[in-house]
Amino acid sequence: MASNSSGGGSSDRQRIAQQRLSRIAGHLQRPADGSSAIVAAECKAQGSRADVPGEEKTVPRRRQEVMKWNGWGYSDSRFFFNKKGQAEFTGKRYRLSGLIIPGLKDWFEGTFGASLQHKTPATPILNSSAVQPPNLNEAFVEEVKSAGIPFSHDAEDRVFRAHGHCLHEIFALREGKFGRVPDLVVWPNCHNDVVKIVELACKHNVCLIPYGGGTSVSSALECPPEETRSIVSLDTSQMNRILWIDEKNLTAHVEAGIVGQDLERLLNESGYCTGHEPDSMEFSSLGGWVATRASGMKKNIYGNIEDLVVHVRMVTPQGVIEKGCQGPRMSTGPDVHHFIMGSEGTLGVVTEVTMKIRPMPEYQKYGSVVFPNFEQGVACLREVAKERCAPASIRLMDNEQFKFGHALKPQVSSIFTSFLDGLKKFYITKFKGFDPNRLCVATLLFEGDREKVLQHEKQVYDIAAKFGGLAAGEDNGQRGYMLTFVIAYLRDLGMDYYVIGESFETSVPWDRVLDICRNVKARIIRECKDKGVQFSPLSTCRVTQTYDAGACVYFYFAFNYRGLSDPVHVYEQVEHAAREEILANGGSLSHHHGVGKLRKEWMRETVSKVGMGMLKSVKDYVDPNNIFGNRNLL
Amino acid sequence: MSGSFRDPAVLRSDDEDLVDVLEERRHGSDLGFTFRTFSPPSRPAPSVSSSDLRRSVLDSLFLRHVAKEVAVETGSPLETVMGDAGRILEEMSQNLQLGFIRLMAFTLTKVFKKLFRSIFINLDGLNTLQQAVQENPVVLMPNHRSYVDFLIVSYVLFAFDLPVPVIAAGIPLAGMKIVGEILRRSGAFFIRRSIGSDKLYWGVLSEYVRTIIRKEFAPFEFYVEGFRSRTLKSLTPKLGMMHMVLEPFFKGEVFDVTLVPISISYDRVLEESLLAHELLGVPKPRESTAGLLKASRILQEDFGSMFVIFGRPLSVRSLCEGRIDRCRFNLRPRHLPQQPSADVQSCVSWLAHLVVRLQEEGSVIGPWSLMCCQLLQNPVHVLTGDGLDWQQLSDGTVWTRRLAVDCGARLSCSGSVSDADVMASAAALHRSVIQRRGGRVYLLQEEEPQRRRPVGSEEGVMRTAVAVLMLASYRNQALHVFVRPAMLAVALNVTRSRRREQLLGFFCFLQDVFSHEFIFVPGRLTQDFEEACFYLKKCGAINIDDQEVTVPDSGLEVLSFLQKLLQPFIDSYQVVFRFLCEDGPQVFSEKQLLPALRQFATNLIISGELHTYEALSSDTQKNVLSALRRLQAVTKLRASEQNEYRVNREAVRRTADMLAGKIPPQMLQTTPDARL
Repeated sequence: MASNSSGGGSSDRQRIAQQRLSRIAGHLQRPADGSSAIVAAECKAQGSRADVPGEEKTVPRRRQEVMKWNGWGYSDSRFFFNKKGQAEFTGKRYRLSGLIIPGLKDWFEGTFGASLQHKTPATPILNSSAVQPPNLNEAFVEEVKSAGIPFSHDAEDRVFRAHGHCLHEIFALREGKFGRVPDLVVWPNCHNDVVKIVELACKHNVCLIPYGGGTSVSSALECPPEETRSIVSLDTSQMNRILWIDEKNLTAHVEAGIVGQDLERLLNESGYCTGHEPDSMEFSSLGGWVATRASGMKKNIYGNIEDLVVHVRMVTPQGVIEKGCQGPRMSTGPDVHHFIMGSEGTLGVVTEVTMKIRPMPEYQKYGSVVFPNFEQGVACLREVAKERCAPASIRLMDNEQFKFGHALKPQVSSIFTSFLDGLKKFYITKFKGFDPNRLCVATLLFEGDREKVLQHEKQVYDIAAKFGGLAAGEDNGQRGYMLTFVIAYLRDLGMDYYVIGESFETSVPWDRVLDICRNVKARIIRECKDKGVQFSPLSTCRVTQTYDAGACVYFYFAFNYRGLSDPVHVYEQVEHAAREEILANGGSLSHHHGVGKLRKEWMRETVSKVGMGMLKSVKDYVDPNNIFGNRNLL
Repeated sequence: MSGSFRDPAVLRSDDEDLVDVLEERRHGSDLGFTFRTFSPPSRPAPSVSSSDLRRSVLDSLFLRHVAKEVAVETGSPLETVMGDAGRILEEMSQNLQLGFIRLMAFTLTKVFKKLFRSIFINLDGLNTLQQAVQENPVVLMPNHRSYVDFLIVSYVLFAFDLPVPVIAAGIPLAGMKIVGEILRRSGAFFIRRSIGSDKLYWGVLSEYVRTIIRKEFAPFEFYVEGFRSRTLKSLTPKLGMMHMVLEPFFKGEVFDVTLVPISISYDRVLEESLLAHELLGVPKPRESTAGLLKASRILQEDFGSMFVIFGRPLSVRSLCEGRIDRCRFNLRPRHLPQQPSADVQSCVSWLAHLVVRLQEEGSVIGPWSLMCCQLLQNPVHVLTGDGLDWQQLSDGTVWTRRLAVDCGARLSCSGSVSDADVMASAAALHRSVIQRRGGRVYLLQEEEPQRRRPVGSEEGVMRTAVAVLMLASYRNQALHVFVRPAMLAVALNVTRSRRREQLLGFFCFLQDVFSHEFIFVPGRLTQDFEEACFYLKKCGAINIDDQEVTVPDSGLEVLSFLQKLLQPFIDSYQVVFRFLCEDGPQVFSEKQLLPALRQFATNLIISGELHTYEALSSDTQKNVLSALRRLQAVTKLRASEQNEYRVNREAVRRTADMLAGKIPPQMLQTTPDARL
């Protein structure tokens, strides 16, 4: 059961693993220290309690030890403007860490009309006395205690689990405002703990809200204000072990609380990967992916979560649901996994997942292509999808985002590099005649064995050339992907200077991609104007995934709110309008963020009345007393 | 005297400055104007050439789909059908070229300077338009009163450095030698008059229009009224082209479409007598280059001023908010032809009516229109016989102007010039219709010098009718200001009721009856009624007390004036009703009906039973027919090839009785979507 190490792995494999590790670390984290043996600790409930040194795990029970309470990510990593007015990124975790980003200030001031003189600092310390005292169900607490399951009603712990990362949530925290927060946090250690907790919750009628990585952007973690029962946050973060790896079938059985970066790192040590890399993978959890139908950047090779999951265990008030075998495909009526995937914590807690794994790719290569305009870029992506030759990842950024990415270039050390950059720019804009205000860039990531990657690369660049695309180097590509991981940190920086914003996404048929991009961006600009926003907003998009029949489009939207009395309300109105625009243009309610409470109002038109009834009846059967009462989705 | 209008280069109309476009041309060099740098602002979109435009129409999935269907239906091979489509497109396409715009600008400068004293435009409107062309596809929607309208918008836009539009034109213009080609290169594209059920033609046309909008090739100009109005009164909008223009927005292919109502009005219309003849059944001359040259003798005449008022740009997106569910287009490929749903249809109709109403509201009303309102208050035999006292006419006109101002009209005012001079000047301008002699004014009848033989009574009626219809046309230019209060005045008079509810009922009935005569924006019945109440109250004609309306003695003058303004219409409608109930056949075609009706009305006039010559107007007659069709008193025979109709005499009689106040009006049956 605990046989999971890379025992059979050759030294070759070890080498690849190391290589792979450093890659991941490349866009995530500095390499972890050498000790990297996986130990599958047994659940304490099963007896022998082998307390494993959990240092390598990213998420401690007390999140506050490493993470911000009112912003994104690690406490030690943040952007700030130094005394010279240059942007810097602190910490040691990321490639950007410790570097100066000279272009950011001008871009920031130019784009938003913001000024470093006008600051809006956040409340520095979490004031526990401002948090509502917990409404505890004493009997429940007693029984949890006697079951030996760790719990806490400390204000900080509770506040941490009362929110995701929607703009309004973070904005309120920065102002030191707390709404309804969970009354108790419990940390189950294994499946059986969860079974116990759910049982007790049913017995004592308390409301359970599962909590994984806390990266939701759909208000899914918000405590329903109308909930009168005691609310218990069920934090799965301590259920973070890989229970076994099946090298014959290439599957791994993993506890659902594990966060993406740990899962990947641990698998890498054995020479494997899942290849599932959502943008939030540093912090989001496996269970969360399943519960929200997550999508990873490299889905073209590995698939989305629904393609990756082989088996799921979920604890519901009616008991445990799971399939009886691990057949790769079944014709056994509607797939019950699809009740679980996307259930957003309304039916139960996902505790364990069997997932497909793959040997780590031998070779990885970034790339980028510059197109004269967005239309050509989209046409190229469409062709790539048609030819079914999409690389692991292919993303097309519009002009605004291209400029944004450019502003994030760290200071170059050598004159030679900056000379080369200048030359490149000259070639593209002057020689090739690309309009710097219209051109856009696609970033690429190829993966596989070396030869195939190179072949594949050529194929894609050939297609790109047909649409006027010019190869623009690995560097630009890599920076594009880095942007993904630091964007959330950048939002915190913006919020220090009157700038608020967020991203949202959709999926849409190919023929509507251009229309939806144009219309949604224009709608955002118009709504901002109508709602009295004094400065023109940043309204930008990128096409982040390609499918046979359509694409996933991601929008960023941010504005300077100086002069507005209720910026969050304005923000929400604009976002609401943007979503209406998306739906009117044939886009979906969500590609991978989920519905939560933020987008509930559109569910009926999304799945029809009968569809709602079907979902509702499942909820009524599985959880008649609404123990899982986060009120998402329905 | 004739200089009275010419003095000010800047006219004030309401609170807007009007600028004379010709002023500068009279002082500067025409060649310099023609060859000046032309750099209109544009959107940062890639520019498209006319041939690119044609290619993308022919390559479009929509047209391929239509062509395939046509191929299957006709049994001809797809290539042949696509070949036909190519030829249709060739015949239709514009070929906008800057060189020809310059030629056009040069020629028009020469012509306009001859014809008009001034061409006034509103700078504010042009400024907002300049903003609008940089944001979204722009649709310019002028009214159509004269052939001169045709290139005036292009001319003004060229003069003010704005992008020159492509213009939807009737195919006869294309047939003119050389001129057709010049027009084509000035941006005109040509549409056949009767397309009927020619699927391929519809396909090519609609895709062509949509592509122009989608690609923002150029501003798009078309006449939503469909035709040149012969009566100078706005026509019920046609919806086909309107729908094509709006569809790219409905389907999300463009973010928004901006509609710009443009109101063109004249002191004197070039074709005034031609139009009157056409109304009396004289066929309009075919458009030809030779005809155009022949017509050049009119260059010697004075036509006063022309007014081109650019209305506030309308955002279709904002207007359609809540009216259209754009999601409905999500489940079908957008290139497949789709029957517009009821909400789309009614929205298109509503927008079209709205634009026409805004054209009306924007148009500048000159003194002559107000004088005609006054003149027509008198019986025709007085005007032709003893004449009207000039002083009485002037006083009446001044009085009418006050009333018009109270009712929110946009008047051309002439700054320092005295009222008397203005009116004298207007009368002089129209000396072909009226004559001022010895302190009196007479209606002039057309002279026909060749035939000196005594005039038969029928012919006499026709000759008087021409003059009356000309006066009526100019009155019509001002009618939209008064029509709502006038309908309330009629309601007060006919029903003799003072209860608001009952008045509203009759008002509603009048809107139904006159649905094709005047422009009513669908779904605005109550607002229209409120507006009528408001204006009548404002000018002291009525008092409103909760549910009761009272008429003070001082208000009788206004009410009687307004009522008389509509009387010709009511009388004309009654004549048609009477004809259909008594003499007319039960089944008829439009072709048979009109001459018969004209004969019937002529006889009534000769016998002295009918006093209004407007009953002779074929437009009025057609409007009655349309209204009766809407009221389902007349139905079109489905099987008929020649547009035959069947009359429900009982229903017509009932309508006539209601209009006469013999029976109270019930809310008439109208299709709900049309009212929405």
